[in-house]
Amino acid sequence: MIEQIQQPWPWYIAGIIIGLIVPALLILGNKVFGISSNLRHICAACFPAGINYFKYDWKKESWNLFFVGGIFVGAYMANQFLMTDAPIALSPALQSELAGYGLTNYAYMLPHDLFSFASLFTLRGFIVMVVGGFLVGFGTRYAGGCTSGHSIMGLSNLQWPSLVATICFMVGGFFMANIILPWILSL
Amino acid sequence: MKKEQQPFWYHLKYAAVGIVFGIVFVKAQIISWFRIQEMFRLQSFHMFGVIGTAVVVGAISVFLIKKFDIKTLDGEKIVIPNKVFDKGQIYGGLLFGFGWALTGACPGPLFAHIGAGFYAVIVVIASAVAGTWTYGYFSEKLPH
Repeated sequence: MIEQIQQPWPWYIAGIIIGLIVPALLILGNKVFGISSNLRHICAACFPAGINYFKYDWKKESWNLFFVGGIFVGAYMANQFLMTDAPIALSPALQSELAGYGLTNYAYMLPHDLFSFASLFTLRGFIVMVVGGFLVGFGTRYAGGCTSGHSIMGLSNLQWPSLVATICFMVGGFFMANIILPWILSL
Repeated sequence: MKKEQQPFWYHLKYAAVGIVFGIVFVKAQIISWFRIQEMFRLQSFHMFGVIGTAVVVGAISVFLIKKFDIKTLDGEKIVIPNKVFDKGQIYGGLLFGFGWALTGACPGPLFAHIGAGFYAVIVVIASAVAGTWTYGYFSEKLPH
């Protein structure tokens, strides 16, 4: 049993559990699944600066900060107690592409050559971490949701605006990953 | 009990759901930058399988909740607000797509990265908060 848990979990197990978060939050307290709202709550709580978008009672939404705190704890527990040392089984096509940019360390979930404090002082590390993070925060709030709020919660509730948003997430991602990112990684 | 009077531990049940989510994030490698790159290059079915299955399970759950008028634990009627279309879903969606492919993470996995020990991702979260703040600052001037 424990050996099985330590192996990477297949997509259908993960998909079923994530899908069940939707009814779990609804039944526990009428809460709608959505993570990027927390970025707004953090701004409203810490740096409201008199901006209308941050003038609301974020404390009423504090359940979501507990939810995100749980994600942090769960990830810590999984990483400490439920992992093997096996590197991630990558597609050979991606491996050979990344090797061309000098990214050859697949031992961790993130490429260590790109995501580290030292890498912040390289042009490509700065773009990936700082510009990328900015776009995640700006884009999700502009779109009114992220993968959880639109792609999973919104689509589960058959909301067509969420389908539009999900298609745009994918179009943006395909364009960046295939057209722009190769250029950034070779900087 | 009125909502305003709920003590903080009333929210711990949501933390429990979050813990399950965090474990799945790590164990199914959803927080892996590499898995997201494979997804956007159509080199692996994994992430499409995860998101697709989650949507099917979520949709069946919402359907059943509505059909049988299932109530919350406190006996309230379950209400899911509708999403209203505006152009932000297109412009913001594309911008988030760029960020998703760069960082290999949507907002949930960013928090999981810190838990899994990738402390440099604190910079990515800080930048995402700055992006959200910037959106808030300009939100009334942006096309919606």
